[in-house]
Amino acid sequence: MKQIFLDPSRCIGCRSCVAACRECDTHKGESMIYIDFIERENTVATSPTLCMHCEDPLAPCAQVCPAQAILVSADGIVHQADESRCIGCQNCVFACPFGVPKFDVRGNYMRKCNMCYDRTSQGKGPMCATVCPTQAIFYGTYEEFIAAGRAKQGAKPVNQFYFGAQPVQTRNYVVLTEEDEALDLMALAQEATKGYLIDLPAASAGDNAAPWVEADDAGIPVRAAPPQPWAPRQPEPMPRVPGKPEPAPTH
Amino acid sequence: MSVDKTIFRGRKQPQTFDFFSGETKPQHWESAEEIDRYVPTHCCYCGVQCGMYLKVAGGKVVGVEPREDFPLNHGMLCPKGATAYQTVNHPDRLLHPLMRRGGKESKLERADWDEVLNVIVERFQAIQAEHGKDAVAVYSGSSLTNEKCYLAGKFARVALGTKNVDYNGRLCMSSATGANERSLGLDRAANPISDMLHADCIFVIGANVGECFPIVTSYLWQARDRGCKLIVADPRQTAIARTADIFLPLRPGTDSALLNGMLHVIVKEGLIDEQFIAERTVGWEAVRDLVEEYPPERVAKVCGLRPETIIEAARLYGRANAALIYTARGLEHQSKGVDNGVCCANLALATGNFGRPGAGYGTLTGQGNGQGGREVGQKASQLPGCRSIEDPEDRAYVASVWGIDEADLPHSGLPATLMIPAMLKGEIRACFMFCSNPMVSLPDQHTVERALRGLDLFVVTDFFLSETAELADIVLPGTVWAEDEGTTTSLEGRVIKYNKAVDPPGEARTDWQILCEIARRLGKGDYFNFSSPREIFDELRACTKGAHSDYWGITYEKIEAQNGVFWPCPTEDHPGTPRLYEKRFGFPDGKARFHPIVYIPPAEVPDDDYPLVLTTGRVVYHYLSGNQTRRVPFLREQAPIPWVEMHPQTAAKLGISEGDWVEVTTRRGTMTVPALLVSSIRPDTIFIPYHYGHNEAANILTNPVLEPMNKIPEYKVCAAAAKKVAGPPEWAREIGIDALHQAAARRRELPIANAKAKPEVR
Repeated sequence: MKQIFLDPSRCIGCRSCVAACRECDTHKGESMIYIDFIERENTVATSPTLCMHCEDPLAPCAQVCPAQAILVSADGIVHQADESRCIGCQNCVFACPFGVPKFDVRGNYMRKCNMCYDRTSQGKGPMCATVCPTQAIFYGTYEEFIAAGRAKQGAKPVNQFYFGAQPVQTRNYVVLTEEDEALDLMALAQEATKGYLIDLPAASAGDNAAPWVEADDAGIPVRAAPPQPWAPRQPEPMPRVPGKPEPAPTH
Repeated sequence: MSVDKTIFRGRKQPQTFDFFSGETKPQHWESAEEIDRYVPTHCCYCGVQCGMYLKVAGGKVVGVEPREDFPLNHGMLCPKGATAYQTVNHPDRLLHPLMRRGGKESKLERADWDEVLNVIVERFQAIQAEHGKDAVAVYSGSSLTNEKCYLAGKFARVALGTKNVDYNGRLCMSSATGANERSLGLDRAANPISDMLHADCIFVIGANVGECFPIVTSYLWQARDRGCKLIVADPRQTAIARTADIFLPLRPGTDSALLNGMLHVIVKEGLIDEQFIAERTVGWEAVRDLVEEYPPERVAKVCGLRPETIIEAARLYGRANAALIYTARGLEHQSKGVDNGVCCANLALATGNFGRPGAGYGTLTGQGNGQGGREVGQKASQLPGCRSIEDPEDRAYVASVWGIDEADLPHSGLPATLMIPAMLKGEIRACFMFCSNPMVSLPDQHTVERALRGLDLFVVTDFFLSETAELADIVLPGTVWAEDEGTTTSLEGRVIKYNKAVDPPGEARTDWQILCEIARRLGKGDYFNFSSPREIFDELRACTKGAHSDYWGITYEKIEAQNGVFWPCPTEDHPGTPRLYEKRFGFPDGKARFHPIVYIPPAEVPDDDYPLVLTTGRVVYHYLSGNQTRRVPFLREQAPIPWVEMHPQTAAKLGISEGDWVEVTTRRGTMTVPALLVSSIRPDTIFIPYHYGHNEAANILTNPVLEPMNKIPEYKVCAAAAKKVAGPPEWAREIGIDALHQAAARRRELPIANAKAKPEVR
């Protein structure tokens, strides 16, 4: 069985997956994957979020649906709400442990990732994993993931999550470290909101930085730059033409 | 099915260039598109040139499909690539020629091709008769196919007879060209990207790989899965620097000091490859003696680093069996860009890191055809095939291919960055420009604007009305990449081919058709008797036969059969050369050259009036001047306006908080942008992305000081001051506050609304 492996340590936050998700034929024009910057003030770290396709308990979103609008197909894919059945109660939105389903108020239906069912059911990869420039989103079997060398250097894929005492096992994996057996999301959330900016790791970007001095003072050889042909302009700036750019001509 | 679903599908989306503009969302969508053809081609944007399929239905490009059979990107695409097809049917496309009939102050009006071509020819001839042949300049670009770039040089020299032809690659990778030619003898990255998988250490200096070449990141990560170490030097913590084994947050403009310091450590610790130096290089002693004077303790003070990290990085690099150095604009956009590149080559040569899998030095070319564009003879001093325009043999050979008299072939002209001063002096009075947007891309924008407005005749070819085209007297409608075929050369030196997907809209014509038509009207039609890009390519091949960048053995069929061909490829049965310098370097004696490089400080250092260092760069959502990507709704939504990145410590001193409007001033000008406070940048440095036009152009601020050899401007370092201002500048007032809040909600990492998301305490 092919599944998605999410490795936030590889994510560069480019949102290629978000752009490509919109190109999938089953939900063209809407993206069902989310990229979040984590602590942007401290780091450029980012993380992708998409439907984990829960296996055990099987699809909480589908279980709570009073209209049985969310189909779980035999291959384990949890589909988005069938809009001919969806009654717009948003139970699925509240039931999802990962906060994935989004309710479209104007459309009055729920939307979420269906693993690009038109593509994956025909043997192609989903859009997000196919285009992901860093392969932070990897699509394949567990064996293919290992064979690709992705579990080296202390990485380990995990599909077991805890929400308090409630375990959830998912089809898709997240990549953690060798020590991790499961991801306790509730504990992380509690830790994070105990107090804002308490216990956060400090920014690492400046660890190797130091104040600087001129080369002469530091005592290394220096050469003067040659004279310049494009003389830097005198201080008085030429006024730019005010107002809006010229509108494009009508055809 | 409980209910007939079709009753819910009343609102079908019309087939547009995009699904929604960010304001309205579709309520339902089910694709009913039937695809006629999948056209294999490549992305039009950066130098990686990812393979992709364009979906064509009903004679229109309607979508993109990942192309998993292309060996470089295996289907991967960045957000620019995934949305590139949306420029094809864009409503802003120029569909017919435009002309100002009543002088500079009049409006651009619709004109027909015959009329504008006659005006262009008449005026060019009149200006050349009065002021000499060289008074007309051709300013082309590198996001064109090789065929068009080649034709640009031939058009200028044969049809117009002007020596002044140059291209926007001058602003992009001319430093790397200089370094490659001085040290190694061939102007190409030494290795294919796949060599990263064989490296034990990769040193990335001045290259924001994650944002500018996203696909290359996957190779970095794969290499690291195999145990490769990563060293990153950059004033900002970029996406690849975040997890790098060693991150060197150096002060902008001190790269050559850092590289000399690292070489000092490598010499001291005996990590040099003496056999390689003796057998394959010349000039080592001078470099060894010079770097003796750059001990890491002193270098660290200049670079603003801890000395231990420099030593650690040098050891990591020096001890690797095979190590790669990759550079990009961060190191090259400096008044000593060539020096910096030569320092990298010195480091690689001293450690014997050439000619083996995973060992080498290369530049990551920024423009789509940045590699090909700099080889095929549109440079001021160059003839096709990296031939020199001052070399008698090269001149005679190219003149014989072109069928002209060698005496009629002009000598070297002005590089693009010196055309601006020449325009101000009246030496250049008319300019034919295509594939370029200097009103975003050149430094010191006020001066550039004055120069371009002062031209007697300014002709611009573009497919959108760019900031530069707004200043033109005549605008010709060009085509996008999907509307023509032709080859480009990717950052690996791999020649690949764009295939035509659809016909141009309206009256738009391809650049080569326009050039051939003007040449015909100038009476030089015999030299431009081309009916297809293939014919142009065949002439280009002939011109490069036996030259440094030899395309003679490359054919369209071979490109298709092999998924691209690496130059040099001297004969038709030659498979191409993915890795250079395996046996010999590009100089006649086959040996590489060491050059001792003395450190030159940045042209502007901070002082009391301008206490900060401003550096500029790209964001992942935009390409070059943004003329294309700023019109694609998805990309525009992600990065609608520029901003200034600033360290919280610096901001605290200046009383600036997140989202405040900040006026950034340099000796050239002033711009106002919102502040993004991040610890991922050096406290003494601020950063503004440069992709925007008009009053949002970061190049209002940048320093036009030029590199002495190849005339690249110093975009990456200048002194600046920042202060908080009360409200948004004029250009931002039209943006509704609701729109800003919505944008902020979508992308919390951007300071576009003056409201910071506060987490709720439970």
